Amino acid sequence: MNRAKINRLKDKAFKYFGIFASVIGIVILAIFIGFVIYMGIQRLSWDFMVELPSRFAENSGIYTAWMGTVWIMVFTTLISFPLGVGAGIYLEEYGKKNRWSSFLEINISNLASVPSIIYGLLGLGVFVRMMQMGNSILAGALTLSLLILPIIIVSTREAIKAVPSSIRDASNALGASKWQTIWHQVLPASFGGILTGVILALSRAIGETAPLIVVGALVYVPFAPQSPLDEFTVLPVQIYNWVSRPQEEFVINAAAAIIVLLGITFIMNGIAVYFRNKWQNKMQW
Amino acid sequence: MNIKEKIIEKVLAFCALLTILTTVGIIAVLLFEAIGFFREVSIVDFLTGTEWTPLFADKNYGILPLVSGTLLTTFIAIAVALPVGLTIAIYLNEYAPKRFRKVLKPLLEVLAVVPTVVYGFFALMIVTPFLKVFIPDLAGFNALSPGIVMGIMIIPFVSSLSEDALAAVPDSLRKASYGMGSTRFQTAFRVMVPAASSGIMVSIILALSRAIGETMIVAIAAGQTPVFTFDPTVPIETITAYIVKVSSGDVPQGTIAYKTIFAAGITLFVVTFILNNISFWIKNRYQEKYE
Repeated sequence: MNRAKINRLKDKAFKYFGIFASVIGIVILAIFIGFVIYMGIQRLSWDFMVELPSRFAENSGIYTAWMGTVWIMVFTTLISFPLGVGAGIYLEEYGKKNRWSSFLEINISNLASVPSIIYGLLGLGVFVRMMQMGNSILAGALTLSLLILPIIIVSTREAIKAVPSSIRDASNALGASKWQTIWHQVLPASFGGILTGVILALSRAIGETAPLIVVGALVYVPFAPQSPLDEFTVLPVQIYNWVSRPQEEFVINAAAAIIVLLGITFIMNGIAVYFRNKWQNKMQW
Repeated sequence: MNIKEKIIEKVLAFCALLTILTTVGIIAVLLFEAIGFFREVSIVDFLTGTEWTPLFADKNYGILPLVSGTLLTTFIAIAVALPVGLTIAIYLNEYAPKRFRKVLKPLLEVLAVVPTVVYGFFALMIVTPFLKVFIPDLAGFNALSPGIVMGIMIIPFVSSLSEDALAAVPDSLRKASYGMGSTRFQTAFRVMVPAASSGIMVSIILALSRAIGETMIVAIAAGQTPVFTFDPTVPIETITAYIVKVSSGDVPQGTIAYKTIFAAGITLFVVTFILNNISFWIKNRYQEKYE
């Protein structure tokens, strides 16, 4: 064999290796998910959704867990959405290109790669202890809000950046003030992109476990929370709780709860992708 | 009208300022509790001790067992994610038909969307029993299985960042290489990858930082036994898993055990902070090479 042939052979071999590498991760994940469904589907029933947690695996349900998740997500959305979008608007529309804004930018991308458990320690130190909120929904939601703020800010900025400056110029030329231009032109035009980013950030928050364990969500909660100052647990923490027990029945419960959690996560991501496509098709400037 | 505009600008600026406050808050909280810890434990013992038993009667505060556990799982994860992720990036950029790309990229993102607690379940319940078939001595908790699973999780992270780096290389380089009669393989490995090496470096460093900070997979599947070892088949404990373990129990504020999680936390924060800033530095230093 001459060199050219060997080179062509290598080329071919790498092509097949590339296809293999591209699908291997997805195939493994599919097998994992198949296994979890096979294991957990037997426990999945209406009773499982509305039952309180119990010492007996067969009687345990995820009612308090998903109620906690709903409470946490509502408050996380209420807190992080305005703050993140506001910061994004400021950086994109008001921020001047100086040292201060580049410092803000570096800081935000740094925050985006701080491990989530560090946010848990921040929440424990500031919200749980210093502000004395205890292991409450409010403390958990504030912690998660800080965690996803960088994601919302970055996607808001990208969505706003995609709005062509001709629209701003036209609005300014008609005598609109800066805020009127933003509120009536820029935000409606970029809303699809902003919404996509927010949903993706929230779907990240819904699966977060470590920071909530650190702020104290791994307590036994016999009832669904009634107010934002109540103690809480959430789906992923309940899953962790069940996985770490030795009895087989609890592991089956964990598998069933995982099916629910994965379902919610995939649906949220599906919605986000749908919005993104719709928005991208509409906004052909 | 003017006043309203001013107020709105101030409110928005405050939102942006919150991000700075978050950073300040993280550093302040970690420092405050960690300083309390280092009043009682010498920093030299902390950094060089090979025994970590803060919850036992005979207390030792050497962080090295947690560091070795963290490095071990991180190394295994990178050993999985880097070759696979880089191959995907090269394949998608140099070989794959457009349609395949369009289908594959969102599918790969699914790997990053699955919550980490679910990956932990996979590692403990599926991968460890599976590996036991080949390695009979493998303990129920070990570094190998969560390391592999973590690697699978960060594949899309490595592949998308590396792909961006490859896509930033000007097409003229590729064309010149083809013009010399190179195959796609030669073009990819002798021209494109070297040209994109700084961006690929960034993806590796960020993946490292991700793996070091990853918590739930190791908390569930790697064990809670801090031993100073690099043996991937025995139970270990990572820095993150230790913080989870202590937070799961009831540790009263102000005790030394409570302060240890902040000492462990600041170690974690400093390491990831340094890695992130190295990646920024590389980005700024080498990014504009082709512009």
